[in-house]
Formats: sequence, C-alpha cells, structure tokens
Amino acid sequence: MPGTLPELFTTWFAARGWSPRPHQLALLHAAANGENVLLIAPTGGGKTLAGFLPSLVALAHPRPAPTLHTLYVSPLKALATDIARNLMAPVQQMRLPIRIETRTGDTPADRRKRQRENPPDLLLTTPESLSLLLSLEDAPRMFAGLATVIIDEIHALAGTKRGDQLALCLARLAALAPTARRVGLSATVAHRKPLLDYIGSGAPARLIEIEEAAPPEIEMMLPEAHIAWAGRMGLASASAVMKRIVASGTTIVFVNTRAQAELLFQELWKLNADTLPIALHHGSLELELRRRVEAAMARGELRAVVATSSLDLGIDWGGVDQVIQVGAPKGTSRLLQRVGRSNHRMDEPSRAVLVPANRFEVLECKAAMLGIAARELDGDPPGPGGLDVLAQHLLLMAASAPFMPDEMFAEVRRAAPYAELSRTDFDDVLGFVENGGYALAHYERYRKLFRDSEGRIHIAGVRTARQARMNIGTIVEAPLLKVRLAGRRGQQLGEVEESFANALREGDTFMYAGRLLRFLRIRETTLECAEGGTGSPAVPAYAGTRMSLTTNLAARVRAMLHDPVSWGTYPEEVQEWLRLQQAYSELPGPEGLLVEVFPREGRWYLVAYAFEGRNAHQTLGMLLTRRMERLGYAPLGFVATEYVVGIWSANEPHNIAALFDHDLLGEDLEIWMAETSMLRRTFRNVAVIAGLVDRHHPGAEKNRRQVTVNTDLVYNVLRRHQPDHVLLRATWHDARGGLTDLARLQLLLNRAAARLSVRRLDRVSPLAVPVLLDIGRESVRTPADEDALLLETEALVAEVMAQPAPRTPRRRTVRKNDAPPLRKSVRA
Amino acid sequence: MTAAPLHFSGHSLHLDPAGALVWPAAETLVVADLHLEKGSAAARAGQLVPPWDSRHTLERLALLLRRYQPRTVIALGDSFHDDGGPARLAAADRSRLAALTERADFVWVQGNHDPAPPEGVAGLATPEWQHLGIIFRHMAVAKCAAEISGHFHPKARVATRAGEVVRACFVADSRKILLPAFGAYTGGLDVRAPAIAAHFPRGGRVFLLGESRLFSFPLGQVQPT
Repeated sequence: MPGTLPELFTTWFAARGWSPRPHQLALLHAAANGENVLLIAPTGGGKTLAGFLPSLVALAHPRPAPTLHTLYVSPLKALATDIARNLMAPVQQMRLPIRIETRTGDTPADRRKRQRENPPDLLLTTPESLSLLLSLEDAPRMFAGLATVIIDEIHALAGTKRGDQLALCLARLAALAPTARRVGLSATVAHRKPLLDYIGSGAPARLIEIEEAAPPEIEMMLPEAHIAWAGRMGLASASAVMKRIVASGTTIVFVNTRAQAELLFQELWKLNADTLPIALHHGSLELELRRRVEAAMARGELRAVVATSSLDLGIDWGGVDQVIQVGAPKGTSRLLQRVGRSNHRMDEPSRAVLVPANRFEVLECKAAMLGIAARELDGDPPGPGGLDVLAQHLLLMAASAPFMPDEMFAEVRRAAPYAELSRTDFDDVLGFVENGGYALAHYERYRKLFRDSEGRIHIAGVRTARQARMNIGTIVEAPLLKVRLAGRRGQQLGEVEESFANALREGDTFMYAGRLLRFLRIRETTLECAEGGTGSPAVPAYAGTRMSLTTNLAARVRAMLHDPVSWGTYPEEVQEWLRLQQAYSELPGPEGLLVEVFPREGRWYLVAYAFEGRNAHQTLGMLLTRRMERLGYAPLGFVATEYVVGIWSANEPHNIAALFDHDLLGEDLEIWMAETSMLRRTFRNVAVIAGLVDRHHPGAEKNRRQVTVNTDLVYNVLRRHQPDHVLLRATWHDARGGLTDLARLQLLLNRAAARLSVRRLDRVSPLAVPVLLDIGRESVRTPADEDALLLETEALVAEVMAQPAPRTPRRRTVRKNDAPPLRKSVRA
Repeated sequence: MTAAPLHFSGHSLHLDPAGALVWPAAETLVVADLHLEKGSAAARAGQLVPPWDSRHTLERLALLLRRYQPRTVIALGDSFHDDGGPARLAAADRSRLAALTERADFVWVQGNHDPAPPEGVAGLATPEWQHLGIIFRHMAVAKCAAEISGHFHPKARVATRAGEVVRACFVADSRKILLPAFGAYTGGLDVRAPAIAAHFPRGGRVFLLGESRLFSFPLGQVQPT
C-alpha cells in the first residue's frame, strides 16, 4: 500500500529497536500523494531521516535508467557532508542500490564532470552549488528525472539573500522537472505561512508539525561577585561557567560575538585546573580547525566548546548535556535553537543555563525564559526578495539556455520571495544585466545579453558565462586577511578584517584562535604572527550585522520593568536598582516613551528608553543629533545600545516633543543615510551580488587584466547621475530593513506621540548609568563626521608634536563658509 | 574650499582639497591620474560600472579651471586609463575636454597606462615637463629633487578617536610632492607602502583631502597611534 513502510524497512527499524515515528510515516504518505511538504519539528526528531525516507523507499529497487532522483540542499557545506555519511548507514545495512554523493565548492573537478554525465541517485549540495549546476547548458538533462527536492534548515535560509537565491533555483527546478516534489525541513518558527509559500513555489504545500514533547528547562546563573552595570562579555561569570562545565558531561557555551568567544575561552582556560578538553569555534577560524573541533565533539572527546552562531546549525551531536548562553539571548527563537542543541532525545527536556553579563541582560534573560515558557516565538517574517540576487540569477539562467522575458517573469514570480515582483522591477533588473541599464548611455559594445528577432534573451558569449559562474553567491565578506604563523610551515589559523590588521604594529599582541599571538607583518593578503608576546592583547572585532534585540523580547522587558509585582524573582541587586529608579525618576513602561534629561560635568544628557534594538537606535541617535543641532542644543555625540539612546550636548535640550515628532523619519533620514558608511557598505554588497563588479578572488588580483573599481567611487558617480538606478533602489531597500530597522523606529515614534514622559533630573538616574558607561563605542559615520574626526586628530597630533597646528582652531564641525576664500583669481 | 600653502624649492604653491596643485606665480594648475575611460575599460572586462566617470572627472576639472583661471594645466600622466581610452570617449565628453583645452594650454605628461600621446586631444604630449627649476613627471625618480609627480594614487589612514579614516592625500617633503589621483574611479595605495615610503626616507607630510580643506599629518604619524 502506498504511504506505508515496506517490510525491508520495518525490519531495519526493528533491528535497531526503533519504530517509525508518526511524522516519518506522514511524510511517506505525502510522497505517495505527490504533495509538497513542510515539516516543522524540534531538533532531535529524526527530521532528516523523515525527509529522506520516501526517497530511500522509492529507490529500494534498481531502476532501469538511473537519473538524479533526490536533491538535498543545506545551508552548510559541512552539513551536506555529514548527512551523506549518516545516510550511508541505512543504505549499506539494507543493501539498497543507491548512490549518494555530495557536490560543494570543494568537490574535485573530475567528480563534478562525472556527476554531470552520470548523476548519482541522491545528490547533497548547497544553494551556491545548485545555482552553478542550473547555469550549465546541460542542466535540463541533468534534472529532467528529478523526483524530490529536500531543503534542510529552511528557517535559516528564508528571508536571507541565500534564501532568495535558492527560491529562484527552486522555481527553475519546477520548470525543468514539473513533477518533482519539494520537502522543507524547519525548526519551530513564528511565521509558518511564508515557509509554506516558499516550499510551495507557486503550488500548494502541506504542513506537518510535531510539538516538542518536553519543554526545555532553562535557568539563570548570576556571577559570584556583583552584577555589572554594563559590558557584554560576561567574563565575571567565567568561574561559575567553569564549575558547570566540570559538573556536566559535554557543554556548548554559546556567546554573541567572535571577540567574546576569544575572551571567554581565554578566561576559562585560566581556570581550567584539570586541563579539561575545552575548544573554541567561530566563523572566522580556518575551516580545517573548525572541522577538527566538530569531529572531536562528535566523537565525544570534548568537555566543552565555546561557540558563536557558527554552531547554531549543524549535525545533531546527541551527546551534548547542557547549553550555556553567556550574554544577551536577543530573541526567543534564537535561544530555542541554541537550547535545542543539547539533549537530542525527544522525550527528555533540553537543559540550558542563561548567564547575563549586566543588569539589563538579567531582565532580558528573564523575558526570554518567560517567552519560551509561553511558546512565544519571534523574528520578522521574510521580506521581498533582493533585486541584486535576481540580477545574478537572470544572467546565470541565460548562461544555461536562451529564455523569453515573459516566461522568465512568470517563473520568477513563482518563487515566494518574488511573488509580488513588479514587471517594472523585473524589466529594470533585466536591463541592468543586459547593458548596465544606464539612462542615455548604454554600453552597447559590452552588453552581456542580447535579444534575437523573436525577443528571446541570449548570453553574449562563453566569456560572459564563465565570468557569471565565477561570481556566484550572495555572501560578501569584508576585506579579509589570512592569519598565519610565520615560518615555512606556518599554520593557517583563519581570517581577520583588514582594518583590524592595519591597526597593529610590530610587537603588538592579539588574541586569536584561542592563542596569544604577536604581530610581525602583513605580507600581501596575509597577516604573519608568532606565538606568545607580552602587553595587553587586542581582540579582533568583525563588522557585519549583529543581531538586534527582537521586538517581542523588548516588549516583554518593558512590561516587566513596569510591573513591580514581577520583580520578586530578580536578584536583590537588580530589584534595588529598579526601586531606586522608581523613586528618583520613573520606570519605562509598555506604552509611551520615557526620556530623561540631566546635567553632568558641564554637559547635558538626554537618555531615551526606546527598547528597539541597537540598529534602530543608531539611526535614531543620528536623526536626533541633527535635529538638536538645528534647535541650537549643540549636540556633542551619542551612544546607542540595545535598550536606549543617550545624547550629550553643550546646551540644555528644551523641546523634547519637537525632537521626537513623527516627521523625524522624513527628509533628514534620506539625506543622512545616503552619506553613511553603512549605505556604502550595503551598495558594495549589492554591486558584488548583482555582478556589477567582480567578486574578489584571493590570489586572482595578480591578474593584470583585471580592472578593479572601488564601489564607493561607483556609488558617488551613480548617485549623482542616476539616483533612481535599479541598484540604488536595491541598496535603499536593504538599508531600510535590517540595518536601520525603520519599521521599529516608526513604532517608537507612534508610542512617543501617544505618551511622551519627560523627566528633568538633577543628576544621572540609576537606569541611565549603564548607557553612560557605554560611551565611547563606535557609531555610524558620514564623510562630514569623518572630517570632524580628522580635524580633531590633526589638532591633537600637532599638539603632541609640539608644533603649531596648521591654522585651524578646534571646532566641532567644518562648514563650507568657515574658511576664508583663497583669493579671487590667479590670473589678474 | 581652502587651499593649503606650501613652500617648495623656493616657490609658493597651493594644495587644493579637490586634489589639485596650484602654482600661482606660474599660473599653472597640476592634476594627476585622471584615468579617463576607466569605466569603459572595466565594461570591456565585463563589469558594466556606470559610464559617467569621464564626465564626472572632466566636470570637476572644469570647476578648478573656472576657479583658478590657469594659463597652463599639467596632467601628470595616466590621463587616460589605457591607450584605447581617447577613442572610447563619448562625443559629449570629447567636447567637454575640447572646451577645457581651449581655455588653457594642456601639457599631457605621459604615464604608464597611456604611454602614447592622446590622439585627437589638443595640447602638448611629453615624457616630462620642466618649468622654473621644477620637474613634472608621471612617476617619481629616486633622489631627484624639485620634482612633482603622480602615479601612486597615495591614500593615508589616520587612527581617530572613533576608528580609522582613510582618504586620498598629497605626500610632500622639501624635495618631492606626490599628487593624489584625480579620476572618478581611481583607487589608492597606502602611503606606508614601500613604493611610496622609499621616496621619503627623511619623512614628510601628508595632506588628506576633506570636503572643504586638507588635513595635514607628519608622514610618520599616519599609522595607528
């Protein structure tokens, strides 16, 4: 009977003392009906096997003409490799005639060639490699017999540019193999509908969901000393964390940044009297080092690993006994994902310990625990697909075969992220790919696509196709340098950002890959260093988008602050802090906005308790500063944290209501944003993904024929001459989303309009102390800010060098009219 | 715009924040590395960057000609990104350039990107140029004094209170001046790179380009403090 497990398989299950789980059977049933499926299950539910089971059953008997039957796509290369290995067990034990292979960027050329000529039954790959396969001329033949596409960890892909790319590839696969089913595997998410649409890709999809049997057990652990006012590293809790590691089997210690991982790792090793095997894992470490840690973890040889989001996803390890999160949890969904990494048996609860690094984080941890108990997930629903990703895809599709624009438009719109794509946007993107899409000045001679007499789109030539394939991918790294130990056989340790390396001088020490290293020199694209050294070491930081406190968690924190009845469960120090705040000022609440104004050391401070996350607060800080300048308050600087914005000024800010007026998000915003380093960085990513400039291939810069054009300069020229160009539109779209969180700012202004509470105080309030301690951290910059910084530094250097400063007195900003005219004219 | 005065080889010069050098007594304006038609060179290599770089560069140059009204303009080489550049210049940009060469005498010093004189462009093409004891060439020659050159596209990094700022810059000591690149799509080479540093064994000053003025630092200070 279709949808039931054949005897061969039931015997195999029984021999292991297992029985098929209901969802595994449900997937089998769905396969028999030819349905698309989204399976949502907590980790450890046998999700991956459930996804593959129907394919294994279908392939149990030899086929007359083997073709590629099942394609598996995972966000992680390592995951594809591990899954392939794990699948070998049932295949071998049941002697199934199934060939399983992986295809990633690491696959050797000869195997790639063979895979095209003689595809395996099951192919495991990544979105980038799939994109490449689909760009080949023989893609239609390779995928013609495809029966199933399995997409793993789909919750981590949807809503990202990689997810957009994969969605477009799924739409293409549906055109090449109309009968192929799609199966999505996902962790528990807040928004199911977008994932169902994603899997459906223009067709219906069925949801199969398994609830977590036992809710996770989460507790909070405080440092042995007092609870810090500020700081995010949580190093004060290192000894408490160490005790937990000693008392337990295997522990994953999750942190929020790579720098925090390095620091905590060092701190733990200082306390590691028994030299327990404790390892370090983060995204910029050399792949080989990471794989070694993962393998040791899988063999159960490690007692603990300190990790960043690099371990959020990945193969189930089974043997992890506890998860410790040091620092702010940021959101319940992410926390659940991390907690789920421990104890992968479904009927037993996962165990996790939260370690707040400061007082606000105590509240945040509490909020996250309540959020998880209430099964309230967070995260924004995925937004519309990126136009830069579409540009890359269209060129790759033309590389595979000519297409008609109308048909391609229909195909693209079947991909969920592009369901609402307008024809204008599609045509503009196609125009950009074709000849740059520049008004009144086409590159007719250098066009990448051309149209035949019937309007069919062709790629310009093999060179263009090759270039397109060289530039596949949607992840754009900041300029990185390899870190290598000096010497002929110097080990490669990983990568750091160029700007960090530039700030080092010979003899400086830094912490990296869990070691203390001494900087020697930069040689081409490599930072050479030696072990050891003295002095206080630097820790590399990485730009990139840091995750912001989610809206749900922020709302919980505000509600908790406002409700003294709930304080009973907080540590006494925190309760006292809140009581003092209540007595001296007031507590921010779920509604409205609290703003405090107070003088301190000759300056005025304005602190807004906005609770909308760091990204939104940086934008808010910049906008408020501009407006304060106009109102004559002479702002001097600002600081943005996850919870509040603090601005200091020379004059007392009087009209607070005017500052937070709803028109704050008007013209000022556009003008300011266009100049920021953030928008330039966003443009760079868009330009690389869309194929405007070539991707930087390490080692390839030696090629003299290559023309490299700095995207900042391109941005300046494009902005001036065609401000509505499709790539600038794509840039604005990205910048309005994650990096500035404009939607959250709008909510905040609405709250301020409804109830603005201004407290004028004689001195700093208890709740404002943390933000004052955070002053001095980095912020978003514009060229004008940079000029002010240069001016200040110039004066400072001149002072130190004991020579007269070149003319200018110290001033806060430079205005065009400040400087006297040079002269009327050289020629009299 | 505030130009910075600079005494060099007994002459009074000015450095303009737009990245040009002005020699009032000689009624001369000096720019380096225009790299005209770099955009179309990139396009030919498959990167369809916006095609207005030549226009952008020429418009900025026109502004300087209006402000300083020089009799002579010296372009220190690499005026075109490659030998094919003049032929690729769009008609409108060709007339923009012609209008400029009518307003002043142009000296086209030859560079390594454009070793041949630009075809169909008015002015004098020469491997190097000398005037009142100052020598103008594309690429600095070791130990040569009273020399003004381009080629390196110098840029400097300055560590400030709030992180690093990177800008194109002039580099100067009593014997040599290096000009920043003037072209819209020209990148840069760090002044600490041996190729530049070798020309300033006894140090010097850098002048970073700003919106309306220059920012000056000792060459030795343009690194982390």
